[in-house]
Amino acid sequence: MASKHGRQAKEQAVTNLLKCTRLDREEISLLIDRFSDLCQKEEGKLHRLEFRDELNRFFNITDDILMDRVFRAFDKKSSGTLKVEDYVQGIGKFLNGTIEDHVQLCFDAYDLNNDNYISREEMFQLLKSCLVKAPTEEDPDELVKELVEIVMKKMDKDHDGRVSLPDFRAAVEEEKLMLEALGKCLPDEKCKLTFQEMLRMSGGRYSSANSVSISEQRDKNARRNQKGHQQKTMIF
Amino acid sequence: MGQTLQRAAQWTTATDGHSGKLEFSSLNEDLLNTVLNFAEGPSGKSPEEGKLVFKKPLTWTTALKPSAFSGSGYIEKGTSVVSEATSPKDACPLLELSGNKLSVLSLEQAENVLRVAGDRKMVELRACLEENKDPVANMLGDRFATVDGADNSIFRYHEEITKEIELLSKQSDESEEKKRELEEKKLVLSLRLKLLRLDEHMLNASIIKITNDVRLNPKIVDGEVTVLKQVSGEDNNRYALQFINYFGENYVYQNGCRAQPWRQLNGDICYLVIKCFDVDHPLYVTANTSGYYLNKGPSKEKSGQLEYERPDSDTYRELVTMIKAKSPHFAEMISKQEIQDVFTKAGFRTGLEDCHLAHWRRHAWAHKSDRKPTKKASNIHETRSRSTKTPLAEQEDHFSESSTESEEEEEAIERRPEANADLPSEYWQIQKLVKYLKGGNQTATIIALCSLRDFNLTQETCQLAIRDVGGLEVLINLLDTDEVKCKIGALKILKEISRNTQIRRAIADLGGLQTMVKILRDQDKDLKCLAAETIANVAKFRRARRTVRQHGGIKRLVHLLDCVKLNSTVMTPEMEMSVEVARCGALALWSCSKSKKNKEAMRKAGAIPLLAKLLKSEHENMLIPVVGTLQECASEPSYGLAIRTEGMIEDLVKNLKSSNQELQMHCAAAIFKCAEEKETRDLVRQYGGLDPLVGLLSSGTDDKQLLAAATGAIWKCSISPENVQRFQELKAIDMLVGLLHNQPEEVLVNVVGALGELAKDPPNRMAIRKAGGISPLVNLLTGTNQALLVNVTRAVGQCAEEPDNMIIIDKLDGVRLLWSLLKNQNRDVQASAAWAICPCIENAKDAGEMVRSFVGGLELIVSLLKSEDKEVLAAVCAAIANIAKDEENLAVITDHGVVPMLAKLTHTTDDKLRRHLAEAIARCCNWGNNRISFGKERAVAPLVRYLKSKDENVHRSTARALFQLSKNPENCITMHEAGVVKPLIKMVGSRDEDLQESSAGCIGNIRRLALANEKARYS
Repeated sequence: MASKHGRQAKEQAVTNLLKCTRLDREEISLLIDRFSDLCQKEEGKLHRLEFRDELNRFFNITDDILMDRVFRAFDKKSSGTLKVEDYVQGIGKFLNGTIEDHVQLCFDAYDLNNDNYISREEMFQLLKSCLVKAPTEEDPDELVKELVEIVMKKMDKDHDGRVSLPDFRAAVEEEKLMLEALGKCLPDEKCKLTFQEMLRMSGGRYSSANSVSISEQRDKNARRNQKGHQQKTMIF
Repeated sequence: MGQTLQRAAQWTTATDGHSGKLEFSSLNEDLLNTVLNFAEGPSGKSPEEGKLVFKKPLTWTTALKPSAFSGSGYIEKGTSVVSEATSPKDACPLLELSGNKLSVLSLEQAENVLRVAGDRKMVELRACLEENKDPVANMLGDRFATVDGADNSIFRYHEEITKEIELLSKQSDESEEKKRELEEKKLVLSLRLKLLRLDEHMLNASIIKITNDVRLNPKIVDGEVTVLKQVSGEDNNRYALQFINYFGENYVYQNGCRAQPWRQLNGDICYLVIKCFDVDHPLYVTANTSGYYLNKGPSKEKSGQLEYERPDSDTYRELVTMIKAKSPHFAEMISKQEIQDVFTKAGFRTGLEDCHLAHWRRHAWAHKSDRKPTKKASNIHETRSRSTKTPLAEQEDHFSESSTESEEEEEAIERRPEANADLPSEYWQIQKLVKYLKGGNQTATIIALCSLRDFNLTQETCQLAIRDVGGLEVLINLLDTDEVKCKIGALKILKEISRNTQIRRAIADLGGLQTMVKILRDQDKDLKCLAAETIANVAKFRRARRTVRQHGGIKRLVHLLDCVKLNSTVMTPEMEMSVEVARCGALALWSCSKSKKNKEAMRKAGAIPLLAKLLKSEHENMLIPVVGTLQECASEPSYGLAIRTEGMIEDLVKNLKSSNQELQMHCAAAIFKCAEEKETRDLVRQYGGLDPLVGLLSSGTDDKQLLAAATGAIWKCSISPENVQRFQELKAIDMLVGLLHNQPEEVLVNVVGALGELAKDPPNRMAIRKAGGISPLVNLLTGTNQALLVNVTRAVGQCAEEPDNMIIIDKLDGVRLLWSLLKNQNRDVQASAAWAICPCIENAKDAGEMVRSFVGGLELIVSLLKSEDKEVLAAVCAAIANIAKDEENLAVITDHGVVPMLAKLTHTTDDKLRRHLAEAIARCCNWGNNRISFGKERAVAPLVRYLKSKDENVHRSTARALFQLSKNPENCITMHEAGVVKPLIKMVGSRDEDLQESSAGCIGNIRRLALANEKARYS
């Protein structure tokens, strides 16, 4: 499908990306294909909404604020759309980034106003919807504030009333679970596996607009998982 | 009416196999009256319905006499009476009275019975209902039996009838039979509907009755007062009352009342003084079982006394209603939200809410959650929830069945006391965090979990606080979710707090083990590790171990052990992780391996080779659980064999040299348990395990468990003579003798056991003496530990083989101590003591004199011949053989009847017993006419059979006995008849000179008799 020129350009892009991600050549190539499939509105540029769809569907990240924040964290040049490099590098961090990559990504996502600190207000914003079943007699805002204080106590190592990147890093080193303490912005293992398998199965080549095929794919995935499960059961 | 009888009526609990009885309560009385009215009166019954024949008779034990049924319609048949009216179908009489059993087949007849019973009709009805718990089913058939839940029987019946009517109309000219059947069905339906109406009517009536019946009790009063105290204070803008207090003495009687006993007779519970903001004088209130009412306040003449008269006749059911009536301010304040909250939290009605049923429900919940042991049964809350419990709750339980589990949970939380000074601050913080766990999404949950971990979870207050605020349930529920992070966080906490025994039980009760077993199969290794570690903590008691096994946990845990290479030079983080998983699996298996069935399950799951592989590890934290598990399992013979064949002995020996005492201890314990087998003992020696074992003794360790394990291993290893050799070289005896002082019994048992084994080698006996071991050993004979006594007697017995040792033992009066142990209850001790006595008698100077000096000693030992234990019998026979060497003693035991007792034992097939028995018989022949007595007691023929035994020792002693017995001609004849000559001739050819001599002597005696016989015949 691609012209000779196009193929060369892609080769070049893969080689470039190979240096700045921990992915292998094949994965990068697949991701580039996937990227061009995702870009429905404008070729070579992934729009916010399209990206959100992707996050929602494959990485199980559902919070509105955080989806936007992850988009921004991917969007290095703050151009409002994702270039293919942004996409591949970002997903690369998702799939097999180091702890440091993840810390940086989460911190960027939580730092709503990009001032390199997470403040109480930002935490409040992030946590305000996390009490699903607030007891009636207490003010839900009050409860969220208390929750913010708990997080603050755990993270603010230098006691300056805000959380800096070193603070955050130290807290995560101390307790790995704190990495996503302010909301889910990384995929879990299962999502990663499904996504990678999807890439490999389809060669990144199916239209995201075609929802029927997605659901089919999902069914397949589900069935495959089930099968895998059964096999495991037999082994055990 | 089935529903009413089942639910509303108050039954006594069934006793002695009978079904329950109806209690004599007013409620039941009313129910019975209603039923009676229905049965007797015409109330809406048509005559056809009265004649309807029941499907099954109502049968009960009656007090009515047959004569009562005299008159028309009844036929008397001897003691029984039957009605003339019979059922049209099978001509069965509709009423039958035989003996005191009355059977009735129609309502009309039942009505008759009641009429005949006259003023005793109530008794009859009661008996009828008690014996027919579900009368409707009897009357109309089982399809109408009372059931819990939706009862669709009527609808189905109705449908059936309609269908039949339709059918009938189609084929109108069909038989008359069908029509009649249909008529009957219609009747049944109408009667059923009427009974249903009766049922409903009675249920409603009983509800009204129950609600009227609620009476105050001290708990309700105290509860209301406590709540009102919370809303009282000086500020009239914030509080509803100025103050509320109990009036009079502060003493609370055992029944919870505060009123003086003579006032309690009037139903008074306590007296209150209440000051409202807008009433000038304080209100003095009497709390009586009938309700709250005012009294006239303190008496003017006598201080501290109340005037109990009532100024008005108003009685209130609730204190709040009463104060509302008196104080408008209170009425206004009480409607405010804050105060309402206080009330709802405490589970009290303020009178503002009309929903009595909701209130009942609350009580019912309080009641339920009290009963469930797993639900916050902590002391802190029990008092409070009890205070809201009324007797009503029990009755109303039925009406609140619709309440769901989650509501119950919320209720239980809300009822918690607001401020309790006794609780530590951690309690409140933990409660708060658990609230986030319950009400938050996964982000809030993770924050709360991380924060919970910051508490000192090794502290019991925190552990119990988590349980008490309902945190355990939430943590365990989290394990069932899909969120890996939440699961990890929850398990990290559970792992810590499950060190507490109460928490362990609670986790098991809440079904946590099942979930954790499921997690063991998860992909995530962190998760597997944590689950296994938590299981290791929880499975410290039997029920938990069984649960793990029953849910397939053993298999999965064994599977965890299967990890990649252990000690490769390059370890990737992933490999390290899988080793960690194996370590956690071993930890859990260690806990589980304390149950016998679990050991079996582990073996079947293939744990042994995996453990063998892990045993090659170099890390102590891995080795300890692995060796610990092996050590637990080694008590099973199958494991003992496997440990040897899988080559684990080498590793165990290697780890004996470790610097970790716990590891050394488990290794030594494993060897201790395995070394029952000869091959294992040899392997231990071959791998050089004896040196470190002895080394452990000399290390001067204070670890008693380690000492016990090491000495135990030495004991078992010294069963092999080659090992004894090595121990000699290592001078183990000196060290063992050193351990005879100031050691706990579990060490002593093994030390003495080892000395006993070592003393089988003669030079060691001397070594023990030289090390000064005889006297502490003899001193230990006075102990009570039976395992210890068995070993001590054996060791002393071995030492007594040496005449020099015997002198010391004799000096210490050791033989007397041994002798008194024959009186011990334990058969092993008896046998071992009797064995030990043998060498003592052999080697003591003046043994005969010594034995005679024990008062009653000879009688005692002869009486032991009645024992049923073969080992005891053999040992006693051996001792008797030795005793009988002394003529005087032989005379005494003969007087005690030793001959018939020995003769009785001759039928045994046990070779050990045979040998010593024959020996004893041989020795006992040397007195008086014992030879003849043995013959008379038929001991000779069985002895001849002993010669067929395969045991040489048996042959020798038997030949000796036969030689002795053959000195009596009668016995010779018996022997000859039993065919003794042939085997004896064979034995003459034996290499054993002793055997040769006795056999030849015996044959000689027989032959001489024959010759004498011939001589007599011809002369």
